[in-house]
Amino acid sequence: MKRYFDYYRSAMKLSVLEQWQYPVANYFYMVGMIAEPVIYLVVWSAVANQQGGMVGGYTPGAFAAYYIVWTLVRNMNITFTPYGWEHRIRNGRLSTSLMRPIHPLNWDIAYFMGWKVVVIFLWLPLAFGLSLVFKPELNPTLLEGVVFFFAIWLAFLVRTLMLFLLGMVTFWTTRVSALFELFFAAELILSGRLVPLALMPVWVQELAWFFPFRWTFGFPIEALIGQMSTGDLFIGLGMQLVWILFGVLVVNIVWKFAVRRFSAVGG
Amino acid sequence: MHGLRLAFNYLRIGILNEFQYRANLYIQILQTFIALGTGLIGLNLVFSQTSQLGGWDRTELLAVMGVFILMGGIIRAAIQPNMQRLMEEIQEGMLDYALTKPADAQLLISVREFRLWQLVDVVTGLIVLGVALAQLNWSIGVWAVLGFFSALVMGAVLIYCFWLMITSTAFWFIRVDEIANLFEGLYAAGRWPVGIYPNWLRFALTFLIPVAFAVTVPAEALTGRLNFQTWLGALALTVALFIASRALLKFGLRSYSGASA
Repeated sequence: MKRYFDYYRSAMKLSVLEQWQYPVANYFYMVGMIAEPVIYLVVWSAVANQQGGMVGGYTPGAFAAYYIVWTLVRNMNITFTPYGWEHRIRNGRLSTSLMRPIHPLNWDIAYFMGWKVVVIFLWLPLAFGLSLVFKPELNPTLLEGVVFFFAIWLAFLVRTLMLFLLGMVTFWTTRVSALFELFFAAELILSGRLVPLALMPVWVQELAWFFPFRWTFGFPIEALIGQMSTGDLFIGLGMQLVWILFGVLVVNIVWKFAVRRFSAVGG
Repeated sequence: MHGLRLAFNYLRIGILNEFQYRANLYIQILQTFIALGTGLIGLNLVFSQTSQLGGWDRTELLAVMGVFILMGGIIRAAIQPNMQRLMEEIQEGMLDYALTKPADAQLLISVREFRLWQLVDVVTGLIVLGVALAQLNWSIGVWAVLGFFSALVMGAVLIYCFWLMITSTAFWFIRVDEIANLFEGLYAAGRWPVGIYPNWLRFALTFLIPVAFAVTVPAEALTGRLNFQTWLGALALTVALFIASRALLKFGLRSYSGASA
């Protein structure tokens, strides 16, 4: 246990140090990312205003809250992509991490967790600016705040595991970008990233229950902006834990078969 | 003349290169369909709640989406790959290979890459535009067509200049590879007519990142909204930005010291 703790601490420290060197690159990245929710926010605020101030239970202020929290959750959702996996396997880089006496998944998790610390720090002024412009209606209770804090980190774990699993497909075939695209399209629709799920047709909302996406995205946002009952808050956390358990289990099983197929090209 | 021939030769090599990877065509088609699908879903979600947005109705916004996809294809086929290559070469100090060639540096760095399969987006954009125009029962006037094509060309040049200026900052900032991401994020704003955005954002999307001129203005030309002043404004901005971006590149080149030679 202590071994893991030390490993995580060192890896996180490394990534914090590394990412701090590139504030401009990180900011470019974040500003580009903020464009997306701002577009959704403006469009849906315009729709809400045209419909007499509210659409699907959301006022412009509620949309503002949703999409500003969105920016943080989106940042928390960023993890090692399956495209990176494809790259790792194609050029044989993976063999180095296979030599280490610790599962390579740990490095990815730890590295991105460290990066998150930098990102959250850089995010604060952006969120402040967005709040000044769009005036969100956001009054979370203490419980909602606490649930949100855990939900964003659990969301990060769920998404990391899912993408790790998806990335492992590249052990069998290296032409997988089409599969990835489909995955990300499904995620866009079913997660609450495009619009709050409440604005989706009912059948889409029901469908979303069976995928991990809404638990990594829509759930943390709705938890903080006060769209959920206390019971639902805990169901949400529970669903995240279920997906993490499922992810760990399947990753371990698939991993056993996957590494057998791997033959390195260089080291 | 010499420059044109050079550009044409690079284009030919680019196309030949792409023909080596034909499977990428199918992947591109699938990606385009996914993007089109999510775009249409977004449009339908909005219009399931309202009948018009900022003075544009559903069919007109479909036309905007057509221009958006079309311009996106042009950008990813001809502009972005060149700029990303430039960025990498500045970062790794390999730009000398281009600079030592006896041709205009700006011309050379702008024509070296061409992604043929991205033209799938151009075709798809044209189809979407055609469907929208058919639904609008639109009769084709000469001025509208001329306005559309000239606005499209100016829009592409503006986007090119914008990319070039941003890429030139790599001479000072070194790691700017996130810019592609930044640009894609901001370009996505073009999916909707800039008129719906708040004033400050509309200003930014018009003059800082010329998304308005790249997408909204051509769409305005087709839907009979474009007036002569806007067109002239676009022309003036195109000329101004072209001169400015060329100057910035030249200025940046002065602080470039290679690492490869």
